[in-house]
Amino acid sequence: MSRATPSDAIGPGQNPHERLIETLARELAPVRRISPVGLAAGWLVVVIAFGGYLASMSDLHAMMRRLMAAPDMWLAALASGVTGILAVVAAFMTSVPGRSPRWALLPLPALALWIWESGMGCARGWALPMVHDATFAQGDHCLIFILGVSLPLSLLLMVLLRWTFPLRPNLTLALGGLAAAGAAATLLNFFHPYDASVTDLVFHALAVGLVVGFNRLFGSRLFR
Amino acid sequence: MATAGGTEGLRCLHGMADPDPAVMDERETRLARLMAAAQLGDASAYQALLRDCIPVIAQAARRQGVAPDRVDDVVQEVLITIHRARATYDPARPFLPWLRAIAQRRAIDSLRHHGRHAVHEVHDPMAYEAHAEEAADADGVLDAQTRSRDLRASLETLPPGQRQAVDRLALRGQSLDEASAATGRSKVALKVNLHRAIKTLRVKLGVATDGGVDDV
Repeated sequence: MSRATPSDAIGPGQNPHERLIETLARELAPVRRISPVGLAAGWLVVVIAFGGYLASMSDLHAMMRRLMAAPDMWLAALASGVTGILAVVAAFMTSVPGRSPRWALLPLPALALWIWESGMGCARGWALPMVHDATFAQGDHCLIFILGVSLPLSLLLMVLLRWTFPLRPNLTLALGGLAAAGAAATLLNFFHPYDASVTDLVFHALAVGLVVGFNRLFGSRLFR
Repeated sequence: MATAGGTEGLRCLHGMADPDPAVMDERETRLARLMAAAQLGDASAYQALLRDCIPVIAQAARRQGVAPDRVDDVVQEVLITIHRARATYDPARPFLPWLRAIAQRRAIDSLRHHGRHAVHEVHDPMAYEAHAEEAADADGVLDAQTRSRDLRASLETLPPGQRQAVDRLALRGQSLDEASAATGRSKVALKVNLHRAIKTLRVKLGVATDGGVDDV
């Protein structure tokens, strides 16, 4: 596309951007409108399908027994799932010009609840020393799982975000990273046969931070 | 496909600063209709839309603090961005917030870009004159003095005609006409003598050369 400059003015009193406008009009082709909600829903469908596949390979009864053992367990799982859902909606909403950047606040209450309930699990672990805590090796397993699941989910998100036009790519990508990490942490419950602990929480937080950072670092190159 | 473009495009632009809600609604409706048509491939509607967008963009850029001489650059950037992002506009929503969001972001990009340049490129005409030459240390000064002394000694050894050509054309900076008038030598003779003087100096100063060094 050739760039016209103000010096390309065709004549006195004429619009100096006329050449650019004519060039853009020549290149005009019909486009399919982008729906941020539709794109978010598409990503969530893939996540749910993947969750269904993981559920088919896990012991659902054991998972339900463990989650129902204490309110903070299922609340943390619910909060991580809601964080993922709201974060992906916020990511796509902030990826469209004209939408308020305040959409970025949408996942924050669920994120706060997720952090709070995870912290409550740690507190319970301190109060009841006999509770089966995650060891360092098990925390490592969580880290690898969250990173391993978040990576393809993040890549899918970036592919979908390529259809949009984020004016604040860093914000959008950070929200995308939070969505992927939230989804991965929720799916981790299928294979997480121990209670929350400080080690576990630290590894979860590290994984979420790494995923958000990865998205911001590598994703921004897609939009320039 | 309906053609929504037309010559009435610029008419509504004169009301850019008009706070009348009816005028604003009319413009909003018109721009949204033009963009919807452009999304379907209507080139004339698209041209009318882009022309109508220019004052809005310029206003947004000025409000962000873009310098007047850079407003046209921002307008061009925004027009290109509109083209690339046109699929993200939802005709069910107002057009102007969509446009202003793009214009404000591109204006901020421009300010950041030129802000970075301003940090690296300081207007200081005296800095060049006052800048210390890196080679101007004690050894460098002595070397320069030695080279200058050698050059003067070599000039003294040149045949008179060659020395005269160097003096007039190189050192005094006279033109061939001026040097010819002052010395009574032809311009060709002066040029040949200068050329031969340079060859001679190259030999004396250690630069290999070929050919003779006869005076003319």
